[in-house]
Amino acid sequence: MSFDKRMTASEVVATLRDGMTLGIGGWGPRRKPMAIVREILRSDLRDLTVVAYGGPDVGLLCAAGKVRKLIYAFVSLDFIPLEPFFRKARESGAVEAIELDEGLLHWGLRAAAMRLPFLPTRVGLATDQIGKAYPGLRTVTSPYEDGEVLLAMPALKLDVALLHVHCADAIGNVRVYAPDPFFDELFARAAERCYVSCEQLVERIAGDEIDARFHLVERNRITGVVHAPGGAHPTSNVDVRSAGCGYGWDGAHLARYCTLAEADDGFAQYARTFLHGDEAAYQAAVGGLDAIRALPRQVF
Amino acid sequence: MATASDFTLAELLICACAEVWRGDGEVLATGIGVIPRLAQGLAKLTHSPQLMITDGEAYLTENPVALGAKNHEGRVYAGWMPYARVFDNVWSGRRHALVGPVQIDRWGQANISCVGDFARPKRQLLGLRGFPGNSINHTNSFFVPHHSPRVFVSGEVDVVCSVGYRRERWGSGIRQDFMRLHRIVTDLCVMDFGGPDHAIRVISLHPGVSFDAVQAATGFALVKAADLVETAHPTEEQLAIIRQLDPQNLRSQQIKGNPPGRRA
Repeated sequence: MSFDKRMTASEVVATLRDGMTLGIGGWGPRRKPMAIVREILRSDLRDLTVVAYGGPDVGLLCAAGKVRKLIYAFVSLDFIPLEPFFRKARESGAVEAIELDEGLLHWGLRAAAMRLPFLPTRVGLATDQIGKAYPGLRTVTSPYEDGEVLLAMPALKLDVALLHVHCADAIGNVRVYAPDPFFDELFARAAERCYVSCEQLVERIAGDEIDARFHLVERNRITGVVHAPGGAHPTSNVDVRSAGCGYGWDGAHLARYCTLAEADDGFAQYARTFLHGDEAAYQAAVGGLDAIRALPRQVF
Repeated sequence: MATASDFTLAELLICACAEVWRGDGEVLATGIGVIPRLAQGLAKLTHSPQLMITDGEAYLTENPVALGAKNHEGRVYAGWMPYARVFDNVWSGRRHALVGPVQIDRWGQANISCVGDFARPKRQLLGLRGFPGNSINHTNSFFVPHHSPRVFVSGEVDVVCSVGYRRERWGSGIRQDFMRLHRIVTDLCVMDFGGPDHAIRVISLHPGVSFDAVQAATGFALVKAADLVETAHPTEEQLAIIRQLDPQNLRSQQIKGNPPGRRA
C-alpha cells in the first residue's frame, strides 16, 4: 500500500455523504478551504451539518441548499459584518441554527479532540446561550467542595474537517504561516477525517527548527492533501514569511457577491458567473491565479 | 492641562471611552469600532501605559497603530495574541472590552445576535460572537453612538448575549463574582451601574445635554447621580494624540453630521 495522501478536490468530495457533519477551518473571510467548498457546491450533497467560524463558505453552502443545520459563532465577511446568504437562510428559517459563543465553539471541538462527552465552563451561563441559542445545553455541578454549577459543553464531533494551509507534503505534514492559525488544529483533532487544501504541495517537507513551529497538527490527523493554489479565494491566506503564496481577501469580489445576494436569484446569478465550470474556470473568471496572489494583505 | 476650546462630539466620546480603562493595570484592552479603538490607544498613551493592546490582528504592540495605514511598514510587535490566547485572557479575567451592543436592558444585559424570534429572526445580526464568555469572565463597558429607546429597550433584550444583573438569570451555584459591568458611554452621557441593585445611573452629561433628554431617549428609568457632572472636555494633549492615531480623521465619519462637542 502506498503512503501517499495526495488527492483532488473532487476525490475528497466523493468521500462525503449526505447528512454528514463537516467542520470548516478559517475565520470569517480568512483562510477558508474554498476550492473544496466550491467542489461541494458542484456536487449533489445535501442535509449537511456545518460547524464553522463562518464566512462565505457557510453563506454559499446555505445558498446552494446544502445545509440542514448550522453550528456557528458568527458568519461574517469582517469588512461586511453580516454574510448576506447566511442572513437570508436565517431569516427565512431555511436552516436549523445552533449559535455559540466563539470560545464555547472551540471548547466543544476540544472536548471532541479529547474524546470527552463534554467540557465544563462558565461561558454561556445566565444568558440565552442555554435555551434559545442551543436548546440541548445542560449544566453540571462540580463534585468538589466548591459545588459550582457550570455549563457542560458537549463535544462537537466532526465526521470530516476541511482546512486550507500554506504548505503540505505527500504524506500529510502541513504548515500554516498565517498570523493566526485560529482553531484549525482543533477542527482537525475533532474530526474522524481531515482534508487540507494547500498553496504548495511538495514530496516531503524538510524544514528547520523555526519552520517546524508552524506545523499545525500531526500528519496522523490528516487524511488527504489537495494541491489548490489560490484555493482560499475570495478569502485571505496571509503568509507572514512573504514566500509568495499569500494573499489578502478579494474585497471587490466579496462586495459584488453581496450585491448579487440582494436579488432573489442572487446565488443563481453568482453560480452562473463563477461556478459554471471547474476550479480553473473559477480562477479564470476572477482574473487568474496571478491576480489572486497579487491581492494585497488587509491592514487593520 | 488646558482643555481645548474646540472639539467634536466624536473626540469627546473618544476621551470619555478612554476613561473606562483607567486603573485597570495589565489587562488586554479591546475596543471594537473606530471610536473605542482610538480610545484604547489614547488610554495607553496617557493614563494607562500598563494596558496590553493589539495591532487589530494577531499581535501585541506597545505602540498603538494609526488607523487607516496602507501597509505594515514600521510596525513593531511586543508579542503574539492569536484568538486562542485572547480566549485564555478572557477566561482568566484579564481583559476589559469596550463593545457596541444593538440592545441593552435595565439589567445591563446586551444583544448583538438577532432581533425578533431566535428560531426565525426578523433581523439576523452578528450572532453571539464572544459576548457570553466575555461578560461572565471579565470587565465590560459599552459604547452606544446613538442613544435611543431602540437601544435601551424597555423590557429584556431579544437575545441575552451577555450577562447582566437580572437575578432570575442566575441559578444557585453559578458564580457571578467574575462579572463586572463598568461604564456605558453614549452620544449623550456616561453611565455606570452604581444605582440601587446595580441600576443604571447617569454620572456625567455631555455639554448641552440635560438629564431629562437622556431619560426621554431611554426605555427604562435611569438613576441620576447625586454628584452628576459635565463630561470632561478633551485636553489639547489628548486631541494631539487622537490626531496622531487617526491621521485620516476617520472619527469624523462615526457620528452623523460630525457635530461639535458643545451642543447649542
